[in-house]
Amino acid sequence: MKETIIIAGFGGQGVLSMGKILAYSGVMQDFEVSWMPSYGPEMRGGTANVTVILSDRKISSPIANEYDTAIVLNQQSLDKFEPLIKTGGVLIYDTNGVVNPPTRTDIEVYSIDAASECALTGQSKMFNTMILGGYLKLRPIVEMSNVMEGLKKSLPERAWAYLPQNEAAIIRGGELIRKVR
Amino acid sequence: MAAKDVKLMKGNEVIAHAAIRYGCDGYFGYPITPQSEVMETLMELRPWETTGMVVLQAESELSSINMVYGGAATGKRVMTSSSSPGVSLMCEGLSYLAACELPCLVVNCQRGGPGLGTIQPSQGDYYQACKGGGHGDYHLIVLAPSSVQEMYDFVGLGFDLAFKYRTPSMILADGAIGQMMEKVVLSEQRPRLSDEEIAERYGSWATCGKGKRKERNVATSLFMDSAELEEVNLRLQAKYRKIEAAEPRWEQIECEDAEYIIVAYGSSARICSATVEMARAEGIKLGLLRPITLYPFPSKAIAALAERGVKGFLTAELNAGQMVDDVRLAVNGAAPVEYYGRMGGILFNSDEVLEVLKSKLIK
Repeated sequence: MKETIIIAGFGGQGVLSMGKILAYSGVMQDFEVSWMPSYGPEMRGGTANVTVILSDRKISSPIANEYDTAIVLNQQSLDKFEPLIKTGGVLIYDTNGVVNPPTRTDIEVYSIDAASECALTGQSKMFNTMILGGYLKLRPIVEMSNVMEGLKKSLPERAWAYLPQNEAAIIRGGELIRKVR
Repeated sequence: MAAKDVKLMKGNEVIAHAAIRYGCDGYFGYPITPQSEVMETLMELRPWETTGMVVLQAESELSSINMVYGGAATGKRVMTSSSSPGVSLMCEGLSYLAACELPCLVVNCQRGGPGLGTIQPSQGDYYQACKGGGHGDYHLIVLAPSSVQEMYDFVGLGFDLAFKYRTPSMILADGAIGQMMEKVVLSEQRPRLSDEEIAERYGSWATCGKGKRKERNVATSLFMDSAELEEVNLRLQAKYRKIEAAEPRWEQIECEDAEYIIVAYGSSARICSATVEMARAEGIKLGLLRPITLYPFPSKAIAALAERGVKGFLTAELNAGQMVDDVRLAVNGAAPVEYYGRMGGILFNSDEVLEVLKSKLIK
């Protein structure tokens, strides 16, 4: 098993932390993992992205040329990463951030209306874990117990009070994700 | 895994954890991207409350390296970290430290240059790290980590080699290794040495108080008598020959039956290890030699592969071709040695390297 995932969006959407939660969940599942972020000026208001690799073997390069899954949260990220998904791979996008939907027909495309759901429930901070929940529904490569362990390890202790809300968001994300084609 | 525990950490973060756990006495630094997390993590961990380690943000890189100079002279385990432009400012101090034969550890998390350049990863400081940087005939021991675990381990190794040979060590990493997170296993806490232990171990050279000895120790690099300075230089050169004989370290991946060899270090080596996988899948017998010590360079290992009949070498590095000089010296004309690289903070892809290998060497 080797899964190479790119998560991309605006700085502040929780892209890097979503990657960290996923990577830490992989650690809990005893996978080899790598987390390679974009860093620097890209993070300040511009686009941010992170490549996460989970594998049952040693990871050669943490830098990927193509991806099994792309999770994109804005138009710029969709434009940039849609061409880099492997044939047969998965593309997940948040409906709110995308004006021109993906066009490729040789990949599986899913959408998740997480931004609206978070606005409705007033839980904007659960946005990234909700998206993560959508992804994990499609690719249950890590068990839920390990995701929760990974989440706990990723968060500072002062944020542990929000663990139940995050768990609920992950489950809700799984319910919200829709197949586009 | 009681004391040991698998963590997910950034390369820069583990430098901080490693400094504390390997019994470092003092860190002196000045922030610069992409390595600022080293001091940030140290400040969060507050080791002055546990091991007694000093963490100090100096007013400049010049100041940092000279604080290291002072600390090292007293036999303390001291270090600094910076990124390319900051390390340039430290080069004068590094020359003085090497001349005075003082141990210390410097971490360079390289970014694109020359000049202020970019904050993205690069390997443009190979010449600076391995061939001098500062003035005069000196060398640093240069370690090139290619994983977060090696970032951790090389803090311990770097200090050990620095004290073994009384010379500064450098960890030559880059923005990619510093910023990425991987699994890491932390070692047991190694206690800091007491002043008595330092006097006992390093009293022959450290300026830690004269005690009952007849002569006081002096750390200086000023020798107005040329004959005396030549003696100092000869002693340094004899030490470098010892280091070159005993300390080269490298890793060979799929080299046993390889017809072609990529030579790459650090983050480039990680990318090129994927190139090896891709080439092998196509039936090309490709191997990777990854220098772990850049000084001393693993010349003999490369020469042995050339003598065994390897058809060609490709050096892949994130610069305009620096390490390729040392590969050519090692191969010594026995086989073609080509170079491929990207600059300005751009990383090459594993398939890009494979295409270059095919066009330049396999044809």
